[in-house]
Amino acid sequence: MPHVSLTVNGKPASADVENRTLLVQLLREKLGLTGTHVGCDTSQCGACVVHVNGRSVKSCTILAVQCEGANVTTIEGLATDGKLHPMQEAFRENHGLQCGFCTPGMVMSALDLVKHNPDPSEREVREWLEGNLCRCTGYHNIVKSILAGAAAMRGQPTKAAAE
Amino acid sequence: MYDFAYHRPTNLADAARLAKEAEAKLMAGGMTLIPTLKQRLAKPSAVIDLGAISDLVGIRVEGGRLTIGALTTHADVARSAEVRRTIPGLADLANGIGDPQVRNRGTIGGSLANNDPAADYPAAVLGLGATIQTNERSIAADDYFKGLFETALKEGEIITAVHFPIPEKAAYAKFPNPASRYAIIGVFIAKGPQGVRVAVTGAGNGVFRVKAMEDALAKNWSADAINDITVPASECNSDIHASSEYRAHLIGVMAKRAIQAAG
Ligand SMILES: Cc1cc2nc3c(=O)[nH]c(=O)nc-3n(C[C@H](O)[C@H](O)[C@H](O)COP(=O)(O)OP(=O)(O)OC[C@H]3O[C@@H](n4cnc5c(N)ncnc54)[C@H](O)[C@@H]3O)c2cc1C
Ligand code: FES
Ligand code: FES
Repeated sequence: MPHVSLTVNGKPASADVENRTLLVQLLREKLGLTGTHVGCDTSQCGACVVHVNGRSVKSCTILAVQCEGANVTTIEGLATDGKLHPMQEAFRENHGLQCGFCTPGMVMSALDLVKHNPDPSEREVREWLEGNLCRCTGYHNIVKSILAGAAAMRGQPTKAAAE
Repeated sequence: MYDFAYHRPTNLADAARLAKEAEAKLMAGGMTLIPTLKQRLAKPSAVIDLGAISDLVGIRVEGGRLTIGALTTHADVARSAEVRRTIPGLADLANGIGDPQVRNRGTIGGSLANNDPAADYPAAVLGLGATIQTNERSIAADDYFKGLFETALKEGEIITAVHFPIPEKAAYAKFPNPASRYAIIGVFIAKGPQGVRVAVTGAGNGVFRVKAMEDALAKNWSADAINDITVPASECNSDIHASSEYRAHLIGVMAKRAIQAAG
């Protein structure tokens, strides 16, 4: 049986997989990291977005064996010492989620945007979310959250910090 | 998904040898192949992942042409300063493919090998009169596209790069499907070393050129020059997204927008 070794959230991880095992199956079923969700399994909804070698990808559309030696970051890898990442905190503060199913993918996608574009406009955020579907929020508060999260990451005080 | 053998060659020679095996399938970004495997529409004996062949990745300008390695992702084309400087319309096209995560994985070679009738790159390749380089030969764009998901590629032949002549002016205008972002109609127009070329994707069973528009624009490079030129609706597809009449109409609208964007 194929064996993959990779780094997940900064720690070495490895598992026996099949060649057809998807990265998301490796994460959820073998490594117990169930924060990454499967919404559609057809490469469309973005609930499964994680970072592979620093880029956001749909983990339902990449094989686990393709990630041999890769550096993978999931939603579980963002908080440090029990403290939410500023982007996660922004989603909480701005009511950027309702059922929360799309949220891990939204946050991971948002972080890839901010990496390339630390101060995105509202329009840029909306365009970037092309591959992330939400059935609850109507997106408005997700966009607000990402703008606030980006501001917090730039070191500007968020509403939460100001209060 | 049926299971398969998996190979990750690190050089082109090994990949070519593995690709010759019966029922083997090449994989680049996997953005089309993996969904196809999931639906059990294909049952390859082996998947040959081209992702570790670093020679196939990269963008360079030399001898008046822009060369893009087959494994270069849409995101890298969209962000490339070289592409932006030489053919900005191509950078815009790449930036409008699917969504950021599709652009982070999907590649130019995969898109051209797949030749989806609504894909974006075929319009640029035909519109710019590019050359497709494989491990065996080079193929002119005019000889490459053979209709619905069909190309001039032989079994196991690997696209290694695409060479684009640098045009004087070029732009792409697309009317995207609001859900997938594939083109309902996309028109790429270029004026360059090969004269004026107009290529349309999304309309029919594959990308095609519109000679009447090319001739009119060669005489008079302006949106008004093509006011009276239409592509017959009988040459366009009808589906749940758009009727053939609507597609035919959109060709004119997108062509004019492309000319205006090209300046
Ligand atoms: C949600 C979604 C939205 C999309 N939206 C768009 C869009 O708006 N516009 C658009 O144009 N496309 C769109 N795509 C398709 C995307 O652009 C893919 O990148 C493209 O279809 C295939 O590229 P790939 O690198 O992923 O190829 P793969 O899926 O890996 O391969 C596709 C096919 O090409 C063959 N192949 C791959 N590389 C080579 C090579 N170097 N030589 C020979 N054969 C090769 C494979 O064997 C396979 O048959 C979308 C895809 C998804 C999932
Ligand atoms: S589960 Fe991967 S895109 Fe929907
Ligand atoms: S919060 Fe429910 S799907 Fe987005």
